[in-house]
Amino acid sequence: MDVELAVPEAYWTRTRKTGAVMVVLGLLATIVFGALAGSENARFALGETVDGAGFDIPGTFGAIFFGLVALAAGVAMLVTGRYFGVLTGVALMGFIISALCWQMSVSPVSHTMPLGFIAAATFTAAIPLIFGSLGGVLCERSGVVNVAIEGQLLTGAFFGALFGTLTGNFWLGLVAAAVGGALLSAILAVFAIKYLVDQVVVGIVLNVFAGGLTAFFYEQVMRPDTDAYNFPGKVPSWPVPVLSEIPIIGPALFNGNIFSYGSLIAVVVITIALFRTRWGLRTRAVGEHPAAADTVGIRVLGLRYANVLLAGLVAGFGGAYFSMLSTTGFSKYMVSGAGFIALAAMIFGRWHPVGAFFASLFFGFFGALTGFLNSISSPIPSQFLSMLPYLATIFAVAGLVGRVRAPAADGKPYVKG
Amino acid sequence: MTSHEPIEAEPGATAASPDKGPALPTPGVDQYHVDPALPAAGQAEHHDQAERQPKHRAPEKEEKRSFARAFREELWADNNFTVTLLAIVLALICGGVLMVVGNAEVRDQWQYLLYQPGKTIGDTWAFVSTAYTDMFKGAVVNPDTVNRWYWNMTTWQQVFYPISETLTNAAPLIFTGLAVAVPFRAGLFNIGGQGQAIMGAIGGGTVGLALSLPAIVQVPLGVLAGALLGGLWGYLVGVLKARTGAHEVILTIMLNNIAFLFLGWFILQQGIKDPNRSDAISKPIQESGKLPQLIPDPLLRANLGIVLAVLAAAGVAWLLKRGRFGFELRAVGHNPHAAATAGIKVGTTIALTMALAGALAGLGGTSVALGTAPALTVDMLGQIGFNGILVALLGRVRPWGVVGAGLLFGALQAGGNAMQTFSGVSVELVGVIQALIVLFVAAPALVKAIYRLRRSPAAAAQAGLAKG
Repeated sequence: MDVELAVPEAYWTRTRKTGAVMVVLGLLATIVFGALAGSENARFALGETVDGAGFDIPGTFGAIFFGLVALAAGVAMLVTGRYFGVLTGVALMGFIISALCWQMSVSPVSHTMPLGFIAAATFTAAIPLIFGSLGGVLCERSGVVNVAIEGQLLTGAFFGALFGTLTGNFWLGLVAAAVGGALLSAILAVFAIKYLVDQVVVGIVLNVFAGGLTAFFYEQVMRPDTDAYNFPGKVPSWPVPVLSEIPIIGPALFNGNIFSYGSLIAVVVITIALFRTRWGLRTRAVGEHPAAADTVGIRVLGLRYANVLLAGLVAGFGGAYFSMLSTTGFSKYMVSGAGFIALAAMIFGRWHPVGAFFASLFFGFFGALTGFLNSISSPIPSQFLSMLPYLATIFAVAGLVGRVRAPAADGKPYVKG
Repeated sequence: MTSHEPIEAEPGATAASPDKGPALPTPGVDQYHVDPALPAAGQAEHHDQAERQPKHRAPEKEEKRSFARAFREELWADNNFTVTLLAIVLALICGGVLMVVGNAEVRDQWQYLLYQPGKTIGDTWAFVSTAYTDMFKGAVVNPDTVNRWYWNMTTWQQVFYPISETLTNAAPLIFTGLAVAVPFRAGLFNIGGQGQAIMGAIGGGTVGLALSLPAIVQVPLGVLAGALLGGLWGYLVGVLKARTGAHEVILTIMLNNIAFLFLGWFILQQGIKDPNRSDAISKPIQESGKLPQLIPDPLLRANLGIVLAVLAAAGVAWLLKRGRFGFELRAVGHNPHAAATAGIKVGTTIALTMALAGALAGLGGTSVALGTAPALTVDMLGQIGFNGILVALLGRVRPWGVVGAGLLFGALQAGGNAMQTFSGVSVELVGVIQALIVLFVAAPALVKAIYRLRRSPAAAAQAGLAKG
């Protein structure tokens, strides 16, 4: 770092490079989307349905105007070389709205986008990612790589459905889901911390293990007798009386259930715990420099065990989302890659709970957008929209969007001596 | 020699290089760093000498051990072979327990353990042993069929059916296993076998379904296209890693998903999609594009894929041991700083290693697309990329080890199908057994403790996948 101080800063900083990309995107939006957009209005309704209050933007005007917004933000980044976060956000929003104006104005099905519904869908899609990425943060902040998020989510989904049905009690199912995630985490902890096996290797193997185990019991036990073993019921919804009427964000945030409220609470609690408590300080110390932490009397391995188990609890609880909220009941391999997106969200959020939360929302938004564009029969292939989170992560780790740095001791086993 | 911490920590274990830096020149995320301190033959010896010399004062005595004595000493010691074998046994035992838990009748019988201990144990044994016998019959040879063939009641092809199934399942796993093993030797962990195999299947499959040339032209063309597309997908990872320091584990996980989505889009395109079907499936692969079967019989599916896989393993083995590029690759894996100082272009080596890995995985995808799959579908490849990781780890990232592990996994898969058909035990159990085998192999200390193995006088099983 001190070397860099002596060198004069190059002109092509990260902000300017991104600005150049945004200029290209802005030009693309202005010219191409503007030319393709139809004369119909694109209508943005505020509620959860296409009726009710909203505002209209003429298709061609909207596509060109918001394309120019993206262009302007890009130019501003190029000229000033500053305000990276805000301007990138503005440029991307401009680009997306421009694209939406084009798509909605030419859609043969509907010209209306219900913003409340999109917001709710975004948050719903983000819930498992939030829990999964928080599980990742807890693990990796203490220096244990968690590639097994997928397996933890899957185990949680399985345990939730199985024990929720067996006990006939929904809440016990949720507890079992958390315990299930922790059990898988325990294997990760033992092999990574005690037997010093490469942590990525254990994680990958555990994903296969959890997938096979849950699929095996699904085939052997659950499928022959669904009513007895795989019918946990669906979580009740708890709307907050007045707040859930707020346009756009009301239905998303205040018409939720234990998972949605729980995810918000978990983000707040884990953020405070990591950065404002003794446990958090110790966790971060162990993740950055275990030898130093050991010197001052922190039990490195004990703390790592505790954190890995805690991560399993959180991710396992989030896994119950799949079998108890999005559908009723478990089916094999139902997590289908969400654990890996959660891993991406954790990295995208720079190993910070709040960052992971917003990254999960970002990924959830693309999920919701894909669903919406499908529903208006957009010609944009949904597969390409679904690729966007993965592409964004590649840009992030390649340093094109901003350098991400893992905890220094992440993935390195600690041997006292 | 090495710059990996756990080894540094052991006194006298390293020919300590003075510039102890981070092992890889990755300014970015490098927490997923793989320790290429390999179980490879040459290296294991180094570890050995370094670790053991202070402890065994008279090494010349050890060399004089007779074969019989060495055999006796090694039989129950923690060498690689014994640990692997016992790990397999342990995994099969765990699989047996799961079978019992998963079967309603046998599970209920355990409630009467105290009343009918003999029946309970007997039923359990009968159930588990029948299931594993069915697995063996489906994977290697079925004595009943041999008997029937002897009395001319069935064809000789039936006798070879299990072996043929094993080889058919093994071929793609050997390819994807090699795709993990090669970069591992360069210190790179390639999780991207799945995505690279998908791209390979797209390349090979497209040639197979779109062209109608003589088979002698179309088959090599398809194989080449698969290797090329898979190689490009791998090269992308290598270049990004070399240029930006982005970590290959994250890159490959993301590229896996992108490739999967791309396949989903690709098979719906005009010219690829089967116009006569409403579901997402491509046109059937042309007969002239398919890999020829080893024995032209509709029953025996084993095809040229397994031959290509073994040839690829031989090629990789030669490359790693004798080839110039293989040397550079291993040097980068040992210590990139030293390799750079010695004039090896580290970035280029990383990029080419990943391209080679991608090509191998691509061949794995092609061997499915042109071998056994009737057409391209989204789930045609199953999990061969991820299973390839397990195969590579079980094979201790050595080419011939990968072949052995691939054959074992292929046999488990083929046997698992038979077990599901005849004993009613879901084939998903195979995935659990495979994962357990690798988990145990990766932690030799655990296996050693369970079986109370002696410390091996000759081999250091510790130098396996465990760091430390």
